Amino acid sequence: MSPEKSWKEISIAGVCSKSSVEFKTGDWKTYTPIRDLEKCTRCLTCVMFCPDGAIKWRPEISDIEFDFSICKGCGICANECPTKAITMKIEGE
Amino acid sequence: MEKQVKQETVPLNGDEAVAFAVKQCNVDVVAAYPITPQTIIVEKFSEYVANGEIQTEFVCTESEHSAMAACLAASVTGARTFTASASAGLALMHEMLFVTSGSRAPVVMAIANRALSSPLNIHGDQSDSMAERDSGWIHIYVENSQEAYDSIIQAFKIAEDVGVSLPIIVGLDGFTVSHTLENVDVLCEDDVKRFVGDRQLPNVLTHEGKIVPFKLDPNNPMTMGPIAFQNYYFEFKRQQEEGMKNALKRIREVNTEYAKFTGRSYGNGLIDAYKLEDAEVAVVCVGSTSGTLKVIVDELRQEGLKAGLLRLRTFRPLPVEELRKALSNVVAIAVMDKSLSFGGFGGAVFTEVRHALYDDEKHPFIVNYIYGLGGRDSSPRELRTIFEELANIARTGRVESLVHYFGLRE
Amino acid sequence: MTTQEWKFTAKDIASQPELFLSGHRACAGCGPATVLRLIMKAARGPTIVTQATGCMEVVSSIYPYTSWGVPWLHTAFETAAANASGIDAALKAMSKKGKVKEHIDVIAIAGDGGTFDIGLQALSGAVERGHDFLFVLYDNEGYMNTGIQRSGGTPTGAATTTTPAGSAIPGKVEKKKPIDEIMLAHDMPYVATATPYYWKDMLTKVRKGLEVEGPAFLHIFAPCPRGWRSEPAKSIEYSKLAVESCVFPVWEAMNGKRQLSTPSRLIALAPQKKRPVKDYLAGQGRFRHLFTPQNQHVLVEMQRFTDEHWERLLQKCEPSS
Repeated sequence: MSPEKSWKEISIAGVCSKSSVEFKTGDWKTYTPIRDLEKCTRCLTCVMFCPDGAIKWRPEISDIEFDFSICKGCGICANECPTKAITMKIEGE
Repeated sequence: MEKQVKQETVPLNGDEAVAFAVKQCNVDVVAAYPITPQTIIVEKFSEYVANGEIQTEFVCTESEHSAMAACLAASVTGARTFTASASAGLALMHEMLFVTSGSRAPVVMAIANRALSSPLNIHGDQSDSMAERDSGWIHIYVENSQEAYDSIIQAFKIAEDVGVSLPIIVGLDGFTVSHTLENVDVLCEDDVKRFVGDRQLPNVLTHEGKIVPFKLDPNNPMTMGPIAFQNYYFEFKRQQEEGMKNALKRIREVNTEYAKFTGRSYGNGLIDAYKLEDAEVAVVCVGSTSGTLKVIVDELRQEGLKAGLLRLRTFRPLPVEELRKALSNVVAIAVMDKSLSFGGFGGAVFTEVRHALYDDEKHPFIVNYIYGLGGRDSSPRELRTIFEELANIARTGRVESLVHYFGLRE
Repeated sequence: MTTQEWKFTAKDIASQPELFLSGHRACAGCGPATVLRLIMKAARGPTIVTQATGCMEVVSSIYPYTSWGVPWLHTAFETAAANASGIDAALKAMSKKGKVKEHIDVIAIAGDGGTFDIGLQALSGAVERGHDFLFVLYDNEGYMNTGIQRSGGTPTGAATTTTPAGSAIPGKVEKKKPIDEIMLAHDMPYVATATPYYWKDMLTKVRKGLEVEGPAFLHIFAPCPRGWRSEPAKSIEYSKLAVESCVFPVWEAMNGKRQLSTPSRLIALAPQKKRPVKDYLAGQGRFRHLFTPQNQHVLVEMQRFTDEHWERLLQKCEPSS
């Protein structure tokens, strides 16, 4: 982590200097989503409902992609999936 | 040296002078709420708007708290912003004053200084803005309507200076200045616009990695008003102090420039010393009572007393060096306070002036006169007695009482 | 492109850039986070967002990090609508002087704290003055950021830290403040309610609110697993149950003419589909104390007034075309 800056080095008025995409919340999770590729219909319901935008639609591969460095393991994707294609498993199991 | 601009003499009271100056300064947004004795400012302004005389968006907010929030938001969107208040209205804004200075928004606010409740009092004293001396705003106090007009014009130039970027209060005594008609020399609008110029914005580093002007702009998105934890908050506050330090210089510069432009100067912008060079006794005063005191100083000088006056024009930032230089040779000093800091050791101005002179080798006698609370008037005859008491102190070397309640019925 | 022409699929929305970025510090399963992420997808061009103090403000702006891809201002708790007023005035003034050349949408976002209670005055004033902005209320029914205290938006019976379920008093006694009725009474161009489960409906309403000239108010139901002591995975499901049980019906009112939105209209047309309120309350820790014999009466009362409000709403709504 970079050292914190002096008052002379930072912009005035608290203007934020970094995007939060640099802050990885993936280590928060206990459960991780596992997707069954057969059951997944690419309806994008999980993409809509993820509070963290951790599931992305990749049109160039016509598929979705889970970003586990962001995913907090809340399980909304699994709960809302219409075909129950996602299950939450304890990380590492 | 630039030629002085042409001016016209018009009858204006303090409030009207303020409204007129704002009209001429090409202000973008005014968000305000009426309160005695500032009402004439917003009323006059409403007339200008209704007659299509200005291009300013005038927002009649539903309270002063919202007025300050709206001004702050407008200011960081890039607009030149003005508001006015007094007393309870200023007190209601209290939270937002800190937010505005912390957000480095150069809002200009006229305060028609008035007493705070309870009991309710609509008349002039300085407790409203003195209570906000810690809020990070620049404070300039004027003596008369002419200075009110001039100081509003100067205020935009001071506040918007990139090295300052702090909001500014211009205080005018309630009723005494706000409602008293005077002859005021005013400039033409083009000259005012020329003097004030366009708003300059400081640059900031955004989360996109760009260094761009500080404003809400979809072309260069940035986040303002974050939460800063223990690891950063202190640094932002230090930055504000740096703005205050730069203001000391900037206020003097603007005063000098304005003097060249109009022929009018207010001391050096920070303090206005009157017959102080060889004074043995002196009074330090903020605001309009200085006018009366100058007359008394003249009288006393005729009678052989070496009296002088220091009008403290800028209270924040406190001009410590100026105070020391101007007062160190005076033997006995009385500081006037038109406000009372309950449970403290004298009023705000007394505390700060005495503190500024604490390390002085010559260590003058400094006493405090709390006066004028709730608009109580002081006559020249009464004010003379202050100098007489100072002369006594200078002669005997004895101070009977450090803090006096001047004009109070015991 | 007006909302009439705005047709969008999940793929369209999924392909829009994220303007509420990942890496924010909201709890896992945060309903408001989903709401904010989605509503920013309905932004139609240059946009400025101003936000009141609250959960979403704090988690998205921890210096030096920001989760906002649009210009964003936070000032204080009461001031979302006052800020919006100032920004609107500044944009108008600067446009007149040629300093701003394009139209910029202004969105004010606040939680129930910054809307129902401390923010109500500024909201009412801004609406009365007719400023052009969209006010989005993300309602998680409590002052969640400061530790789950009750707000004017907390429903009857809910246990919060300032209305705990005690032996003498079973949670909040007062009813939820009818904020939507209050906003409707302002005679304003657009008032609507929405929930994230019905995201298409929600996004369409955001667009309508942005398009309307003048003030628009959108009340979005946003479950909070931490404050409600509910499962994080079920936050979106609760926003569906709230509609199905008529606890939070969805509708919109353009110039005062109120119409039920499809999810609630389906229930009006097929009342057998209406779920009992109990189904919605079950699983939420904040209502757990109501499922005891001595607090039965509260459950009965809650079903009663939910039904009453629903019937009243049906009467106030225009028949759909």
